[in-house]
Amino acid sequence: MLGGTTRPSDEVVALIPPNLVEGTVEKVAVNAVMAGCRPEYLPVVLAALEAICTDEFNMHGVLATTMSVGPILVVNGPIAAAIGMNSGINVLGHGNRANSSIGRAVQLVLRNVGGGAPGGIDRATLGHMGKQGICFAEDEAGSPWNSLAEERGFDRSQSTVTAFCGEGPRLVVDQLSRSPESLTRSLAASLRSAVSPRLVLGMDGMLVLSPEHMARYRDAGWDRARFLAELTEYLMFDTDEIIAGADGIEEGLPPGLAGHRLPKFRPGGLLVVHAGGPAGLFSAIIGGWMNGPGGSDPVTREITP
Amino acid sequence: MTTTVLDPTAEQRPATRERSQRPESLSGLTVGLLDISKPRGDVFLDRVEEALCALGARVTRYAKPTFTKPAPVDLRHEIATQCDAVIEALAD
Repeated sequence: MLGGTTRPSDEVVALIPPNLVEGTVEKVAVNAVMAGCRPEYLPVVLAALEAICTDEFNMHGVLATTMSVGPILVVNGPIAAAIGMNSGINVLGHGNRANSSIGRAVQLVLRNVGGGAPGGIDRATLGHMGKQGICFAEDEAGSPWNSLAEERGFDRSQSTVTAFCGEGPRLVVDQLSRSPESLTRSLAASLRSAVSPRLVLGMDGMLVLSPEHMARYRDAGWDRARFLAELTEYLMFDTDEIIAGADGIEEGLPPGLAGHRLPKFRPGGLLVVHAGGPAGLFSAIIGGWMNGPGGSDPVTREITP
Repeated sequence: MTTTVLDPTAEQRPATRERSQRPESLSGLTVGLLDISKPRGDVFLDRVEEALCALGARVTRYAKPTFTKPAPVDLRHEIATQCDAVIEALAD
């Protein structure tokens, strides 16, 4: 396993929460073996740990929260194809060794090295199956848009992993929209309920746009910026409709926010990734957790040998 | 043939410390109330403060900058050096 990286075995990769243990390359490698990784996956595991063990990502809080969230890992760049990662059919599911074992290795390091066991510091009320480990690649070759990593300031020749603190994925069905305008309204209608239809701005989100949905935008010549601009229009809320108590529902915004129009997501708070099988008019939404300095921000790290 | 077994854990054991002596009475003692900054935690702690003051304790209030992260080291040090006892409150 150690042959998969040029880094010395005693190099400290990160302080692994919650116990802030110095996680060495060797300790990570041992857990990567247990997860079923091949040696060439190890650089991805190391970079993912560097991403989540930051103050910005706040892995301690992600572990400790009662909300059902965990690190969702997205790989961009040449390494994805080089190590055989899946960005196509069943991309968010099982069946690919790299996808399955990289996320698992990260979770094992958190648990075995960092001490973040469920029922200990991990207090999730429900958890989700992605906490077994979730990692997938973006379908860059099939996308007419810039990639998630490019959107986050990296070059297409760089290999990166982006960590997003998220719930389990939820399917969005739209089999009838043939125009980008209709599909955008439809996706927005589903995104409005991410985490809760009564909450705005405090949590980010991820949209995994499938190839057949992407085709609507490719055919119409919409780029990522146009899509996000149009989508944002349909993600605006009249706060009076979701204020605590409105429609007989006590969950909602504080009364002081009445009379405003607010967006579902903060600027840049919706990460859009192109992935999935070639057939099927479905996409997926992954709701987030508390964002910003008082929560978790997405973090991207370059994957180096 | 020699087999080497590698340990996947941190190979650390938690330090064991004696618990601090429990005070016989709170009268005259300083009790720190740490609000982790969850909504309405202050409502709960306001009532706790009233009850402690009625027992003759001095109460000092503290708050974490955010409930999503551990209390900063400086805050923990401040509480440890200024208080005889501490109560941490979680609320929603």
